[in-house]
Amino acid sequence: MSTTVTRDIKNEIAEAFHQSKFDVANDHRKSAFAFFEKTGLPGTKQEEYRFTPITKNLEKNFNWDIKATTSSINTIDEFLIPNLDANILVFVNGNYSASLSKIISPDTEVKIKTLSEAFKSDSATIAIYLDKVLTPESDPFAAMNAAFWQNGLFIHVPENTNVSKPIFILHFNDAGENQVISQTKILGILEKGSQLSVVEKFDSVGSNPVFHNFSEEWIVKEKSHLEYCKVQNDVGKSYQVANTIIHQSDNSLLNTFTLTLNGQWVRNNLSIIIDGEHCESHFYGLYLVNGNTLADNHTVVDHQKPNSFSNEIYKGIMDGNSKGVFNGKIFVRPHAQKTNAFQSNRNILVSETSTVNTKPQLEIWADDVKCSHGCTSGQLDEEALFYLRSRGISATLAKAMLLYAFASEVLAPIQNETLKSYLDILIAERLHNNF
Amino acid sequence: MLTIKNLQAKVGEKQILNGIDLNVKAGEVHAIMGPNGSGKSTLASVLSGREEYEVTGGEVEFLGKNLLELEPEDRAREGIFMAFQYPIEIPGVSTINFMKTALNEIREYRGLQALDAVSFLQLMKEKMKLVEIDQSLLSRSLNEGFSGGEKKRNEIFQMAMLEPKLSILDETDSGLDIDALRIVANGVNKLRNKNNATIIVTHYQRLLDYIVPDYVHVLYKGKIVKSGGKELALELEAKGYDWIKNEVAVA
Repeated sequence: MSTTVTRDIKNEIAEAFHQSKFDVANDHRKSAFAFFEKTGLPGTKQEEYRFTPITKNLEKNFNWDIKATTSSINTIDEFLIPNLDANILVFVNGNYSASLSKIISPDTEVKIKTLSEAFKSDSATIAIYLDKVLTPESDPFAAMNAAFWQNGLFIHVPENTNVSKPIFILHFNDAGENQVISQTKILGILEKGSQLSVVEKFDSVGSNPVFHNFSEEWIVKEKSHLEYCKVQNDVGKSYQVANTIIHQSDNSLLNTFTLTLNGQWVRNNLSIIIDGEHCESHFYGLYLVNGNTLADNHTVVDHQKPNSFSNEIYKGIMDGNSKGVFNGKIFVRPHAQKTNAFQSNRNILVSETSTVNTKPQLEIWADDVKCSHGCTSGQLDEEALFYLRSRGISATLAKAMLLYAFASEVLAPIQNETLKSYLDILIAERLHNNF
Repeated sequence: MLTIKNLQAKVGEKQILNGIDLNVKAGEVHAIMGPNGSGKSTLASVLSGREEYEVTGGEVEFLGKNLLELEPEDRAREGIFMAFQYPIEIPGVSTINFMKTALNEIREYRGLQALDAVSFLQLMKEKMKLVEIDQSLLSRSLNEGFSGGEKKRNEIFQMAMLEPKLSILDETDSGLDIDALRIVANGVNKLRNKNNATIIVTHYQRLLDYIVPDYVHVLYKGKIVKSGGKELALELEAKGYDWIKNEVAVA
């Protein structure tokens, strides 16, 4: 049954592809599409999408007669991070909005272009990197994105450059009038010895369904440092698949934080390729979900070279009928001796109808390594709750305090104080008001 | 202040309190002693509102209110404080933040304005001295990695901050060395006044050398079987609990 469904939607998508009038990268798209056509979307039996049978939902909720959907939005102030002095780049329904965007960093610090521009101006660099780390073969949605992307960003930091202002990217989808299918893409390159902080935020409005298929590749070269933060706060009818892959070279440093607050379904595939020695990678995540939200984080850390360190902490709080999924793969390749890799996934189920599926997967081929992993899921500690109440704190507030205490640990690696305090308040308010 | 009449309680299927009567007036210190398993900690837990304990009979009146009807937080807001036998560790919540929240919740209940940051810090400094506790300890996660003595001192610090009308010290002396015991007892003594009362639940007489009670009650098989003055504690120390058990058996 499910294969029939997949075949139908695939044909619809194929039809849509052939009708689309892309103005750039046609050859590039065609080869990605050829691969997509061969494999199709994941069926319910496919292990990687077992808990998130997204194809069925795409079939049920979307038509693939893709027309550019319009949005009447003219201000995005409410979706910005207050007082964050940053470059602002805005996508509305998958299209870049020059009027809502604002680039403040000089060209000498960082080159920021739309992907369609970069195909013309930086074609040689594009040819080397685009879809090379996140290949169409790695994930069906990555293949679909490589074929269908509407627009995206090309971010290039020159050697030995510290980009002093963060880059804030807003992916905004407006489903007020129609369904939205948006497909955006980012290629970011940090040349040797450079430093960059990126904040990505996903918001949407409207009562029609949204499907956002997002892909991004970050190339973090020798001695570079990338700070990466993602905030997913879409409305309840939004389906999102985000493929993020970060490639690290020698002596590079990476901090990532992924916060999922809302949306119908959110599927994050985050992969870190540690293709260098003496690298350090911290990747933290938090999903605070309720209602019918499904938050699925699939992460991969691939230690390909010796002497590097990775530390992964993901935490989840599930209320209502929400579902959490965590799948954390750690690969330590045969040559990657002296690797230190740590992983932890802890979950609190607030309601009796919420669920979580957590699965660590360690594949270690080297023999001189330190790896550990642990996962827990449980309820709030009744003893702790009583202790707080016995001092005069109401049950509701005590619960929020304990959940906040559990959650806030994951903010530790965030360096930018404005961003940190924004996230801190966002998390605290959500726990006080919605759980 | 507190009137307990014929209080009966069970946990699970096990009946533990079999009719307790107790009267505590403002300005008094009562010690509840008794052998292990006599129901001492159950009494403290029932008074503080632990849900695992089911009250099967009797009444508890606190300052004119039916205590048993109140939620644990409302008991605290009415002025009851329980110093726990095993204070729990709560990672991610600092004692300072915890106390600020608790104090302001209690103030709100009583129709008072929240304390501003300056007044709160002032109050905290004053109370810290009382229990000889260091601010660095209070900035850390609540009781996390604290020694037994530090945890108990933190309990007394919280008691000092919240200024309860009735404090219940549940086996506060357990696990304390003599120096920590002295500090904790000093704190309690300094907080005593004619408007508040204290119930000390303890197995040993040791703590009562430092906090001298007005009344001593012996709990055995869920009932108060003997009451007297502070000399009763000394008698128990000298003779042990078997003496009481035998007396009860004969009667």
